[in-house]
Amino acid sequence: MGEIKAPGLVEIEEGVRMIPGANTLIGPLNKIVNWSRSGSIWPVTFGLACCAIEMMDAGASTNDLDRFGIIFRASPRQADCMVVAGTLTKKMSPVLRRVYDQMPEPRYVLAMGSCACSGGIFETYAVTQGVDQILPVDVYVPGCPPRPEALLEGFLKLQEKIDQEQYRWSQWR
Amino acid sequence: MEPMEIVRRLDTAFPGEVLESIAYQGQVGVLVRRERIVAMMQWLRDMPEVQMNHLMDLCGVDNKKRQLEKGERFEVVYNLYSISHRHSLRIRAMIPENDPSIDSVTGVWTGANWHERECFDLFGITFNNHPDLRRILLPDDWEGFPLRKEYSLKGKKEWQGMIDLQEKVAKLAKYDFSSQQSGTDKGSTAQEPGEKHE
Repeated sequence: MGEIKAPGLVEIEEGVRMIPGANTLIGPLNKIVNWSRSGSIWPVTFGLACCAIEMMDAGASTNDLDRFGIIFRASPRQADCMVVAGTLTKKMSPVLRRVYDQMPEPRYVLAMGSCACSGGIFETYAVTQGVDQILPVDVYVPGCPPRPEALLEGFLKLQEKIDQEQYRWSQWR
Repeated sequence: MEPMEIVRRLDTAFPGEVLESIAYQGQVGVLVRRERIVAMMQWLRDMPEVQMNHLMDLCGVDNKKRQLEKGERFEVVYNLYSISHRHSLRIRAMIPENDPSIDSVTGVWTGANWHERECFDLFGITFNNHPDLRRILLPDDWEGFPLRKEYSLKGKKEWQGMIDLQEKVAKLAKYDFSSQQSGTDKGSTAQEPGEKHE
């Protein structure tokens, strides 16, 4: 015979078990916290230029971001992700950094579009060559502008990245 | 009224101010001297048959690489339109290189305010009697005038605000979270700003 399994515990995912009827989940804290964080990424919109239109399109009805739990928040204090969509000029850079500094942990940055990734076609005196000159970026979504599906894939990649984090919620990070 | 007729009347009203007029593809451009520009603009706006009540555009030009028979290095170009008479005209005021300044026409059309600020910001052409002449597109402490021909595409030196920001980013980098996939090295260490997460 096989081993005796504890009755009543249903394994949902690797490591995570559920007691049906009691509506209880038992699992490693990393997994549970990562699941809840990746399932509710709330970005603060930082739409600077044309990519903002595509970001709005991704949030609109045809390609819906809300079904992934992504709700756009206006204030950085209530957000956990920042989508930098558009060209970042040098005049705007201190402002961007300020908004990023106001976001509480955990926070992620998604650089959307060629200009945010690397300055795009604007290799000039007034454009910061990429948002990663002043912020740590988690996901780069290239395109000019990236299609809404591409931004969606960027968010999915961010979700995968969050799912692999270890101990970010703790003092041992 | 035909644009060339307007030019003729302008020349009669302000003798010696009109240097040249160019008609091309139905559009007329008039090269003028800059000394009595405000009086000329007021005449163009107030004369009943001309009535240029809409300033469509005001911009600057750097002619350094252009061969002109008569002309200075800088120009300020006024694109005028009459809403009532539906005719338009282009006035090009010549500005010498050693004294890049001209009177402001904000008293004639208030909409010229920001256009003149942009012209000042990017070319360095000063507008006398402008109510609020300061940079509009670039940061206030920017050095140099980018649209002049000698200003290279990437500029000479970095803006001071950007240098300050890079220093601040370097100081704050130790609070960044670095997520390593291996999971063994859990701490966040001081990183260079801009280092990608793994």
